[in-house]
Amino acid sequence: MAADILLWEALNKALNVEMAADDSVFILGEDVGLYGGSYRVTQDLYAKYGEWRVRDTPISEGGFTGLGVGAAMVGMRPVVEIMTINFALLALDAIINMAAKIPFMSGGQFPMPLVIRMPGGVAKQLAAQHSQRLEHTLMNAPGLRIAVPSTPQDAWWQLRQAIRSNEPIVLLEHELLYFSKGPLDAALEPIPMHRAVVRRPGRDLTLVTYSRMAVLVLQAAKRLSAEGIEVEVIDLRSLSPIDWDTCTGSIQKTHHLLVVEEDCGFAGAGAEIVATLSERCFYELDAPARRHAGLNLPTPYNGALESASIPTVSTIMDAARHTILSGETS
Amino acid sequence: MKRDNLISMLHDMLLARAFEERAAIEYTRGNIAGFLHLYPGEEAVAVGVLHAAEPSDYIVSTYREHIHALVRGVPANIVMAELFGRRDGCSKGMGGSMHLFDRERRFMGGYGIVGETYPVATGIAYTIAMQELPEAVICFFGDGAVNQGTFHESLNMASLWNLPVLFVCENNRYQIGTEIHRHSAVTNVYKRACGYRIPAEYVNGMDVLAVYQATQSALQRIREGTGPQLLEIETYRFRGHSMSDPGSYRPKVEVQAFKDEDPVTIVLEESIPNYPTEEQIHAVGEDNIAHLTGHLHREGYIQPEGVILMKKEADKTVNHAVEYAQQSPEPGMEDAWKALNCNRGKEVLI
Ligand SMILES: Cc1ncc(C[n+]2csc(CCOP(=O)(O)OP(=O)(O)O)c2C)c(N)n1
Ligand SMILES: [Mg+2]
Repeated sequence: MAADILLWEALNKALNVEMAADDSVFILGEDVGLYGGSYRVTQDLYAKYGEWRVRDTPISEGGFTGLGVGAAMVGMRPVVEIMTINFALLALDAIINMAAKIPFMSGGQFPMPLVIRMPGGVAKQLAAQHSQRLEHTLMNAPGLRIAVPSTPQDAWWQLRQAIRSNEPIVLLEHELLYFSKGPLDAALEPIPMHRAVVRRPGRDLTLVTYSRMAVLVLQAAKRLSAEGIEVEVIDLRSLSPIDWDTCTGSIQKTHHLLVVEEDCGFAGAGAEIVATLSERCFYELDAPARRHAGLNLPTPYNGALESASIPTVSTIMDAARHTILSGETS
Repeated sequence: MKRDNLISMLHDMLLARAFEERAAIEYTRGNIAGFLHLYPGEEAVAVGVLHAAEPSDYIVSTYREHIHALVRGVPANIVMAELFGRRDGCSKGMGGSMHLFDRERRFMGGYGIVGETYPVATGIAYTIAMQELPEAVICFFGDGAVNQGTFHESLNMASLWNLPVLFVCENNRYQIGTEIHRHSAVTNVYKRACGYRIPAEYVNGMDVLAVYQATQSALQRIREGTGPQLLEIETYRFRGHSMSDPGSYRPKVEVQAFKDEDPVTIVLEESIPNYPTEEQIHAVGEDNIAHLTGHLHREGYIQPEGVILMKKEADKTVNHAVEYAQQSPEPGMEDAWKALNCNRGKEVLI
């Protein structure tokens, strides 16, 4: 039975069941314990599991993420929370040089059952240093897996799958999705962690997206439908690996591709998606595959400029129309 | 001299308190957004330290920096306009509350990532040392920030190369919700400096004169060529970490104990000769009441009416600042691109 639940509650529930099931799962991060987590994701777990399993850390991102790596090498299943992705820049050595590479460098001797959770994205006027995505940086590190849940159901499934996996996994959460509501059926059999999902079927345009943009894209698709444009919406759910087959299957039907991402367009996730799908579907496409992305601009503090720097429902609609039209004129 | 100093410090502290309390109101009205970290309770630190600095010194601060900017001389109008995200703000509406910059006043920025102030300050100090100038850099940071690698890396380099930096720890005992005993193995920040051969001192941050004097002598040592110095200034924030934090994790008695030590009150004690009336108590703000009650005063530096007048002046300045901010235009997208690209000049890129 599916009951509506907030996304942060789904993550909290996932942590709770995995900690109950396996003593080797432990959490560490800033204000995850006594305070209950900046976005409440670890609420009540400190009281239940104690300080060794829910550890409040100093502001030492490089150090405590690296600590997670060490613990994972000797059989623990650490779930590191980096308060926001912006601070993960201080932990990139632990994430990219250590977590992603140790399994390989050791010839496969050391599994790396490490989960790193972090929220990111443009929230509400947090300014340039606190409004980043950075998924491209992580995507470019072989050895890392990246999940990007946009619904409570996916958050519940993917966090549990990540904890049970023996590979290093980054869970990119979006700051504006924590308080979004959706159904959660805890008994439902999970789909594979990195499989993409068609959120809405359509015949005219394949629109590939992920994270918070999936929510906006669905709204845009609904409105476009009223204009007679039927958009097929694919929520990737994962950025590494990417489920290409679901995308190509859709393009074979619609012959048009638009990728929507919040990230800056230049060398962003969308660049990889469009490049690979253009290679694979060149002869299927009736128009150039396009990206609609954030501007190549550090995020301004000013509210109007901030909104203008990332896709909105109305700019997504424009981009969708444009993608289809450019096929007709060419 | 002493009187004028004290009066001007009192002025800044009252303005600081009024500015921040008004910023809180403007935040709830939706005129300020994002993370808003306020300073009430900590005024004596910014005021004491910056009154001892020279205009030629550089200041590097954190995201809790409105008052550092104000005391440094950035007009309240301009700071408020930045909090409102307007074009007349000191960062032209691009930076907001956490990123105040004012090149002219050598206010080298508010930084949002914990631990960024040390390397920036060290770099400025390196330049000063290289050019053998009589200037210094004042580097602010919190108690939670000393566990970031950059603290240790920068202290080592500053000491190694004898750089003119004054490291100022604003120890308010909390790293958001984590109390200092739960985030630091050694809770006396000043003790850490000896690991890098940096002279350090503990200062009561509720006493603005103590802060001023400690800063003055530290800066003097720096100018004499002694190299970097560190001050650990113990203080307390009366509010939550930011406007989105109610601060409910702190014991009520602890909050009250520090409010009784309110730095604004302490300055008033030094300067008011007579026991204040109800009206006067009200005029200086709620949290001073407990402390003021029962105190009579010694040195008559200022008449009670003077304090009230000063408080009114501060309120007026803040009102003006809000009006100014409201009337300042929103920046346009062309301003954003300009901020990004304006330093290119005539450079040919491709
Ligand atoms: C590298 C980094 N990690 C985490 C944060 C989130 N954060 C912002 S302020 C803060 C606490 C800082 O405490 P402290 O240094 O004592 O300064 P205070 O806010 O008390 O003045 C934290 C954890 C951040 N901004 N940067
Ligand atoms: Mg602190």
